[in-house]
Amino acid sequence: MPLFPRKGAASIAALLAAAAISFTAPAAFAGKADDTLNAAFAAEPEPLDSYKIAGRQGLILARHVYDGLLYKDLDTGEIVPALAESWERTGPLTMEFTLRKGVKFHNGADFTADDVVETLNTVITPEYGTRYAISVDWIESVEKLDDYKVRINMSKPFAGAVEMLADALPIYPHEAFAAGGSEGMAKNPIGTGPYKLVEQEPGIRYVFERFEDHYEGSPKGKPAIKNIVVRTIPEMNTQYAELMSGKLDWIWRIPPDQASRLESRVNVLSAPIMRIAYVGFAPLANGGDTPIANADVRRAMIHAVNRQAIVDAFAGGASKVLNTPCNPAQFGCEQDVATYAYDPELAKTMLADAGYGDGFQIEMIFAAMPRPVAEAVAADLAKVGIDVVLNEQQYAAGVGKWRAKELPAFFSNWGSYGIGDVVFILSNFFGGGADDLVQDKEVQEWVTTGDTATEDSVRLENYSKAVKKIADEAYWMPMYNFNVNYGLNPDLVFTPHPDEFARWWLSSWQ
Amino acid sequence: MLGFVVRRLTVALLVAVAVSWLSFGLIFMAGDPAIAIAGSGGSAADAAAVREAYGFDRPIVVQYLDWVTGVLGGDLGRSVYFNMPVSEIVAARVKVTLLLGFLSFALALLVAVPLGVVAAMFRNSIVDRLALGFAVLGQAIPSFWLGLMLIVVFGVWYGIVPISGTDTWRGYILPVLVLSYYAMPAMMRVTRSGMIDVLDADYVRTARAKGLPGWLVITRHALRNAVLPLISLSAVQLGVLLSGSIVIESVFAVNGMGRLAWESLLRSDLPVVQAIILILALIYVALTTLSDVINALLDPRIRGRRA
Repeated sequence: MPLFPRKGAASIAALLAAAAISFTAPAAFAGKADDTLNAAFAAEPEPLDSYKIAGRQGLILARHVYDGLLYKDLDTGEIVPALAESWERTGPLTMEFTLRKGVKFHNGADFTADDVVETLNTVITPEYGTRYAISVDWIESVEKLDDYKVRINMSKPFAGAVEMLADALPIYPHEAFAAGGSEGMAKNPIGTGPYKLVEQEPGIRYVFERFEDHYEGSPKGKPAIKNIVVRTIPEMNTQYAELMSGKLDWIWRIPPDQASRLESRVNVLSAPIMRIAYVGFAPLANGGDTPIANADVRRAMIHAVNRQAIVDAFAGGASKVLNTPCNPAQFGCEQDVATYAYDPELAKTMLADAGYGDGFQIEMIFAAMPRPVAEAVAADLAKVGIDVVLNEQQYAAGVGKWRAKELPAFFSNWGSYGIGDVVFILSNFFGGGADDLVQDKEVQEWVTTGDTATEDSVRLENYSKAVKKIADEAYWMPMYNFNVNYGLNPDLVFTPHPDEFARWWLSSWQ
Repeated sequence: MLGFVVRRLTVALLVAVAVSWLSFGLIFMAGDPAIAIAGSGGSAADAAAVREAYGFDRPIVVQYLDWVTGVLGGDLGRSVYFNMPVSEIVAARVKVTLLLGFLSFALALLVAVPLGVVAAMFRNSIVDRLALGFAVLGQAIPSFWLGLMLIVVFGVWYGIVPISGTDTWRGYILPVLVLSYYAMPAMMRVTRSGMIDVLDADYVRTARAKGLPGWLVITRHALRNAVLPLISLSAVQLGVLLSGSIVIESVFAVNGMGRLAWESLLRSDLPVVQAIILILALIYVALTTLSDVINALLDPRIRGRRA
């Protein structure tokens, strides 16, 4: 889902803030009183089968219900045991997992190797239609060694395997899953997670209750808050009103200008996330007949855009200008790279030297990005003589045109599935696939080596080379990393994480 | 009369078919649905898998005929987004929209007709001016703004009604108020102008002259004739209300048809979009036919006219 699905036509945040001061109604924050966390999303969550969810909303809910074999502690960056007690690589393409005993599903069933085997062997089949192939296509098969031991046979080396097993590939109870399939799990989600779903109107309202038998030693721990109610409220202004009157405890993705106005009344947190904004250049667009094919033109374009001013004006919070085609928080995202400072005069000189002294016209589509940001980029480029024909399109339409090689520049964003490893961004854009409109063989090889090597040092070395060359050649104009503004009930303790996964099981009341 | 109705129905159904065909094609023009479904993190391979799984790689005409065959067999298909039968999703949401629509319509009518009659009876008086002012205001105020203001005043300041959601009947209060205020002005003005025409008519003067009490003249003779244009207008207004308001449903987090249609369009959920278009087309067909019949019942001149 786009990060900015709608722009509120009017703001009542300021009005509400003023109202709150003049009408000092008793702050009846209901959430704490009845131990219920009331949260809202603007977009409708998808059905709660994690393997088919694209949007973050549904994935957040699913992670409260289901557990994976492993878990990533984002504070330390370590992968820790979850449903698997321990694991080891037993060969270049095999991993063995010893499973935890005494784990119960919400329906009372015991967790065993059968659940792991049934779940993973089902979701890797093409007929199942797992949403993102990258998440499971590295699994060849899963074998049961005994009731509490399984082996995963990999179909190819994949450096992101362990990251994927860390809560992104949940384990379903085998009997229920075999009987109901994806639809059954979505209708009646059963997991081992810290919360169980007790009621749902799909896409509209979800009620969760703490699962008292959640296994001892879970990295998610025992939640402090007993109930969670999640509703879909599409209009942000309505969310603010609910939050201020104490009927909501948690909202997110508040636009920066609104966030500052809400601060007087509720707790507003801004936290950086993995998602980054970028302008992708396509030297191969239109059969290579584009000024973008000239590296100096690309470099000049980056020099021409005052990215710092854009970040200050529109992104705010924890956002920073990027120089790399990845988030510096990701493993393998080399930061010692060529940079292009804002220098419109230099940009003009470079364009003149490249034979474009009179400027040129270029089409740029932006999708899932705020219009003002795209307009600011176009305005800066206009100052050096580049006439940007700006087009806002739905993400699908924009990407379709990009993949058809009809678009020299595409302005959008990429979330890396919230995972702190460049394997989830570089290979998509520079690994030789349909989104790679650079087709730099050297970069492709480095990226592929980095994606498949098991040694961290080998991975780092290859990614470093790839990232450096991408910066040198200015294949991308990296823009900035996103931040998310959360609006919270002042009584609620909530820690945001850079992967955009809300962990309500860690929340508590003050 | 019967021939007239049958012909109207046939034309309306043809229109519905044309609309559904157009919408089917337009969705494909708005971008590849497979990419939209694969989501913003989807690779080209993911989109290709979706394309094959949902049959988007077949010619549009084939996909359309496939859908039509299903509908004729009573199967609206499955939602791509919710992986549920479309009928289940629509059934859950259509109830909310119908309730909201009928309540708003009833309230609008209850206010518009008496107001229009009174305004016409006391033409150019202060009452008339106030009534017209009230209507103009309703026409001029954007409903999302009115909705948000009502939320601020009655939901946040006074806290006497729920801000959003329709968990209880109280959740309907604000959306019904806003929607009916949106529908009311046109109905009030049509009533007023209809009444003004009629009040000057000879038969009303005759009715008064033969000593009928004023209220009887108004209700039995004047209003009965004045409401004919109101009925045609009401059919349209009710259609608008029943098709669900994207704006009102969004502001008040009411999960009705309007928002479902909008969201489904954005996520290229073809089967849901098609089902909603079909339902709306049927609603309009039913309403227009109904208004024609009522007009015919009220007005012998229409009944007698050969269609």
